[in-house]
Amino acid sequence: MIMADAERIPGFNTLAVHAGAKPDPTTGARATPIYQTTSFVFDDVEHAASLFGLQAFGNIYTRIGNPTNAVLEERVAALEGGTAALAVASGHAAQVVVMQTLLMPGDEFIASKKLYGGSINQFNHAFKSFGWNVVWADPDDIASFEAAVSPKTKAIFIESIANPGGVITDIEAIGKIARKANVPLIVDNTLATPYLCKPIEFGADIVVHSLTKFLGGHGNSIGGIIVDAGTFNWSRDKKYPMLCEPRPEYSGIVLHETFGNFAFAIACRVLGLRDLGPALSPFNAFLISTGIETLPLRMQRHCDNALAVATWLASRPEVAWVSYPGLPSDKYHALAEKYVPKGAGAVMTVGLKGGFEAGVKLVSNVKLFSHVANIGDTKSLIIHPASTTHKQLSDAQKVQAGAGPDVVRLSIGIEDKEDIIADLELGLTAK
Amino acid sequence: MNHDSYPDAYIRGILNTVKTIAMVGISPKENRPSYFVFKYFLERGKRMIPVNPGQTGKDILGQKVYARLADIPEPVDMVDIFRASEFVLPVVQEALALKPLPQVIWMQLQIRNDEAASLAEAAGVKVVMNRCPKIEYGRLSSEISWMGINSRTLSSKRAQNLGTGFQRMGLGQGKKEEPSGS
Ligand SMILES: Cc1ncc(COP(=O)(O)O)c(C=O)c1O
Repeated sequence: MIMADAERIPGFNTLAVHAGAKPDPTTGARATPIYQTTSFVFDDVEHAASLFGLQAFGNIYTRIGNPTNAVLEERVAALEGGTAALAVASGHAAQVVVMQTLLMPGDEFIASKKLYGGSINQFNHAFKSFGWNVVWADPDDIASFEAAVSPKTKAIFIESIANPGGVITDIEAIGKIARKANVPLIVDNTLATPYLCKPIEFGADIVVHSLTKFLGGHGNSIGGIIVDAGTFNWSRDKKYPMLCEPRPEYSGIVLHETFGNFAFAIACRVLGLRDLGPALSPFNAFLISTGIETLPLRMQRHCDNALAVATWLASRPEVAWVSYPGLPSDKYHALAEKYVPKGAGAVMTVGLKGGFEAGVKLVSNVKLFSHVANIGDTKSLIIHPASTTHKQLSDAQKVQAGAGPDVVRLSIGIEDKEDIIADLELGLTAK
Repeated sequence: MNHDSYPDAYIRGILNTVKTIAMVGISPKENRPSYFVFKYFLERGKRMIPVNPGQTGKDILGQKVYARLADIPEPVDMVDIFRASEFVLPVVQEALALKPLPQVIWMQLQIRNDEAASLAEAAGVKVVMNRCPKIEYGRLSSEISWMGINSRTLSSKRAQNLGTGFQRMGLGQGKKEEPSGS
């Protein structure tokens, strides 16, 4: 494990506040300064050459790295128990950079069918146009992952808690399949955050996040991050040329041999981010790092509120079903107890007896809930996925992704739970 | 010493104390990890001595290459070994024959030889295995944090500039925790 060297491993709350953020070396500023600059002067010509040759650690140009972003990166790496991280412009950008580092045209990756609708689109369309072919598997049927493995498989992609259905994925079981196939397991941990679940402890080799959601937590910044667990042997089968072969971009350096257990994060930075370009603004990095300082407090409140709301909704005559793994009756409750024992997150889907119309009515009549295509804000949020986030999917895909016409998705905020429930009551009973 | 997990103070003490480092198995190619490490410490004011029988008499980054440790005409504080684990024992035996004795024998990432380590420790020489001194220096000086790497250190004290530019950091912080005289 990554923390093995430390004399004493600080707790999660301490890391959320301190990891990555020592006082500024130049000014002593205690809050992390926003280094709103495109570029950094070199100490001398030799230093510049060393930086460009990857022979020294340091800052060159904000597309490749920035000290404000680096605080965020180290903080999330520490919270996930990884060796390193790379922040990028969005959660989707994180997925592009990861796949571009792992796959060549014609390669395959296996992905869970139960994913955020935007990811399903990205994999089915954008990625296919790059020649990266997704093979779908069903997290309710673990054997389907094993059956999907082929000699072209380069990675397996799952979400820890899937958006929007409240599905808990059996990370450890799928991790074993990845290990057997000798491909890395990538876990999108956006909905759980490391406060609820640390996928690396269950066999993830790479963790990605949309920082836009609970990590940033305040609905003010788009961002994404890639965490390297440091667990995968990139050189074993010579399957990953970005990592195990001499790179012409850097005078023949072999990244895995040079950077050891954080080589994947370095490859994503010095090849993926450098060449594809989706850099995160330092201002966003500042807001997101500040948000993370209160992650443990917020996340627990999100979960406690969500459980209260789910319990209340389940008792309502207007409601056909509630999909929230925190409910003891839920299909995924046993997996939730294993993977997210502190709480099952803030996101749930609700099936309304009145179907599509009832969904539209609820969304229109609430006053506290905001009707937005987002989750993971301090504010409670509501959406009707079938007509919005999941609109581009076929009807069958919608149902498969847990976003049929009768479904409303809620992201429960950190307001008083009595007010949240009163608002839903208003929406459900409005004529 | 538990060679699975080194206290930060142990590593920091070593990197702060040693001044002359002989690097056994250094490559003259500028894309090899050994060359990176050599250059990095040269830039941070260490006296670096290349040892590689295939390069005897040539220069690497302006430093004269020796065939063997025994040929080095000056005292060496640390021997840094870039040879596969199975070739480490004779190198350590050679290092232990030096007079004065080096204070530290360091084996790079992926290199570990417990028999050689016990020999060195019995002679009072500190040992580090399966670590890269450049990464450790970067980690403890906070330089490596610029690359988003988990330094596994927290501090409310500011990192210290080495004084030779903006981006090169020193190990000054934490000096007080070091065992004295090491
Ligand atoms: C689980 C999950 N992954 C990835 C994303 C994409 O993130 P972003 O919107 O930051 O690109 C989202 C966004 O909704 C998400 O919910």
